[in-house]
Amino acid sequence: MNRLAYYIPLVLLGILAVYFAAGLGRDPKSLESVLIDQKVPEFSLPPIAGSSKGLSNTDLKNQVVLVNVFGSWCVACRVEHPFLMDLKEKNIVPVYGIDWREPDRKAGPRWLKKYGDPYTLIGDDPISKGAIAFGVTGAPETFFVDKNGLIRYKHMGPITAQNWSRTLKPILERLRKE
Amino acid sequence: MIVEIGHFALILSLFVAALQGTLPMVGAHRQNQSLMAIAAPAALIQFALIVGAFAALTYAFVTSDFSVMNVASNSHTAKPMLYKISGVWGNHEGSMLLWALILAAYGAAIAAFGNNLRPSLKVRVLGVQSLIATGVLAFILLTSNPFLRLDPAPVNGNGLNPLLQDPGLAFHPPLLYLGYVGLSITFSFAVAALIEGRVDAAWARWVRPWTLAAWCFLTAGIVLGSWWAYYELGWGGWWFWDPVENASFMPWLAATALLHSAIVSEKRDSLKSWTIFLAIIAFGLSLLGTFLVRSGVITSVHAFASDPTRGVFILLLLVITIGGAFALFAWRGPQLKGSGLFQPVSREGGLLLNNFLLTVAAASVLLGTLYPLFIDVLELGKVSVGAPYFESVFVPMMIPMIMVMGIAPFLKWKRGDFSSASAKLKFAALATIIGGLLTWALIDRASAFAAFGIALAIWLFAATLTELAGRIKLFQVPLADSLSRLFRQPRASWGMTLAHGGLAIAIAGITASSAWKVESIQVMKFGDQVNVAGYTYTLKSVNEFQGPNYKGTRGTFIVTKGDDFKLTLEPEKRVYTVRAMPTTEAAIHPTFLGDLYAVVGDKDEKSGGYITRLYFNPLVPWMWVGAMIMVLGAAVSLSDRRHRVGAPMKSKLVSGGAPAE
Repeated sequence: MNRLAYYIPLVLLGILAVYFAAGLGRDPKSLESVLIDQKVPEFSLPPIAGSSKGLSNTDLKNQVVLVNVFGSWCVACRVEHPFLMDLKEKNIVPVYGIDWREPDRKAGPRWLKKYGDPYTLIGDDPISKGAIAFGVTGAPETFFVDKNGLIRYKHMGPITAQNWSRTLKPILERLRKE
Repeated sequence: MIVEIGHFALILSLFVAALQGTLPMVGAHRQNQSLMAIAAPAALIQFALIVGAFAALTYAFVTSDFSVMNVASNSHTAKPMLYKISGVWGNHEGSMLLWALILAAYGAAIAAFGNNLRPSLKVRVLGVQSLIATGVLAFILLTSNPFLRLDPAPVNGNGLNPLLQDPGLAFHPPLLYLGYVGLSITFSFAVAALIEGRVDAAWARWVRPWTLAAWCFLTAGIVLGSWWAYYELGWGGWWFWDPVENASFMPWLAATALLHSAIVSEKRDSLKSWTIFLAIIAFGLSLLGTFLVRSGVITSVHAFASDPTRGVFILLLLVITIGGAFALFAWRGPQLKGSGLFQPVSREGGLLLNNFLLTVAAASVLLGTLYPLFIDVLELGKVSVGAPYFESVFVPMMIPMIMVMGIAPFLKWKRGDFSSASAKLKFAALATIIGGLLTWALIDRASAFAAFGIALAIWLFAATLTELAGRIKLFQVPLADSLSRLFRQPRASWGMTLAHGGLAIAIAGITASSAWKVESIQVMKFGDQVNVAGYTYTLKSVNEFQGPNYKGTRGTFIVTKGDDFKLTLEPEKRVYTVRAMPTTEAAIHPTFLGDLYAVVGDKDEKSGGYITRLYFNPLVPWMWVGAMIMVLGAAVSLSDRRHRVGAPMKSKLVSGGAPAE
């Protein structure tokens, strides 16, 4: 066999590696949600126990807001919770909550009482009505809704200081400038 | 405390691995005996340390220590004990630790049982193995540490993904990893041989049992995963060409080729470059699979929480490991001249074609899997590649391969005689043609392709039996003599007969279940009847019940056919309380001709009935049985004395008519 033929695997691996390296920075799921750039679907959720106002799509307009899907049963939500408190305390952006699939009516309010409530308004969503409207695949998940009430971005998993400053904050600023 | 000991053991194992990967290699190069002597004990210590780390993590899971972040995210007190244990590897961090554990176990096996290896080869194999371990352990400690604490500790955990709470899936990852990671040993052998610039029969003889063992586990692992998808996902399908399925299938194809190529290298001192190349890509594809699943570059239903930092690390690991091996291959490969020359029509020729077709098949699966990534990177949009691509590319390549599989065992080494081989196969050919035509005429005149698939299965099965009959001289000597010959067949030949025969049975199952599946989806009220493939399904009731950590809905179907066939099928739907996630448990009743398969879905609010999916999946049991026979074949072959680890390395003369095994 030709000596050069023995270099073929190495060359092919090199090409593959370039593609992989380029692919790493991308999120194959980023376009997964068909709701991106669509109006928030109509939904209306009742308040959680002990609160007077729930959450509906009409609450999300005139300013850029986040809609965060959480639940007291979700450990990853517990991880991102302090960061959401931070957003509230520093008045960075209003966060609306969808309290998803609580085992009973009291679990959500108890959790918020214990750790603090970072949400402007919360809708109680025991049977996934709101979650289905947003196409939620798991908790926590956070949606960016712009001034015109369009869903512009979907973040899966907990918000951390790292992905906030790298990805989410620039998106927020861009949406505000529009 | 125990968790910290485990963490410490893991850190220590990294240093041991780094030492073992470097000093003995230098020693082997300089012929320094004392440096070389480090390798074997280091491999054993490395293994013991990782066992300790793994045991500590298992302890944290079993005792539900939620101050460990990994336990809190993946376990729950309400979980049955089996799933507390399988939760250890049901997540990214823990599964990487299992990966490292198995890697070290294979290294320790070489250290303990490799006494008859050439010392320099043994040391180099252990060195290469340990270099891989160094990379993997560093990856775990730097990006995926399972021992990190969580403060404050939550009251309870997040639970294991309910889809994974299944006995089939509890054992799927360990089996699959035993296969994947088992290929690291053949990789280490290949790289060691390239460093030494020497590939001989002894080398190939040593590689073969490891390949067989890895292949055996990999096959079993893939089948178990496929079986799980079949009954747990409730779609009536068993293979979806999902990137993660492909990630396990590509190494399998390469390992299958390697298995056969190594025979030629051992017995005929030929196809050496091929054997080395296949050993490298088999493990390379295993690593690639790990990269694809963990880095998030490809969307898959199985994806672990993906993280670009991890992706960069695994990519580097992949490039250094496989790139290094390929560079060595480019440098040293051309010197690996074999002494055995052969004609195109010969057993070597058949096996070479097998190598080629399997490699191209693996490449086509790789292309299909990565195509969405290529398109995405080139900014041409987002696409997904589905089953139609794989079926139209993969299946045609398997057709010539199955045909050659029938003939090649009849060809002699070096120079085969095609006409005498085909003369022996006239009965098999006749059975194939009759079987194919009957299938076409009696079952399905619409799909000639399905009839062709069945004909291929008959061909392979008949040819495999003919080969066995020839070996025991059936009808040529008295029957009693044939029988005693049958029992004296070497186990390695039995391995070939079983593996090829099992594949034939599986092909029949695959063809039939793809071509003639009957599917019926409808809303049923209590008492409603639906006819599926001659069976009448009556929905009797749907009841709610409480499982250990889930709420279940159980549908009861009475299935009848004629007067004397009656059975009850009880599919379930479960909602696991902790993660609020629904799963499906299909009810399956296997019969000789196919599976009766029932799934109960959600309640239809309008009519008050339930959505039900009923299937008849023809010959699916054949597929599982065929695959199990293949695994059995590999196990039988592995138990052959000539393969046994530690068997004396006496060179054995092989007669011209020896089986290909």
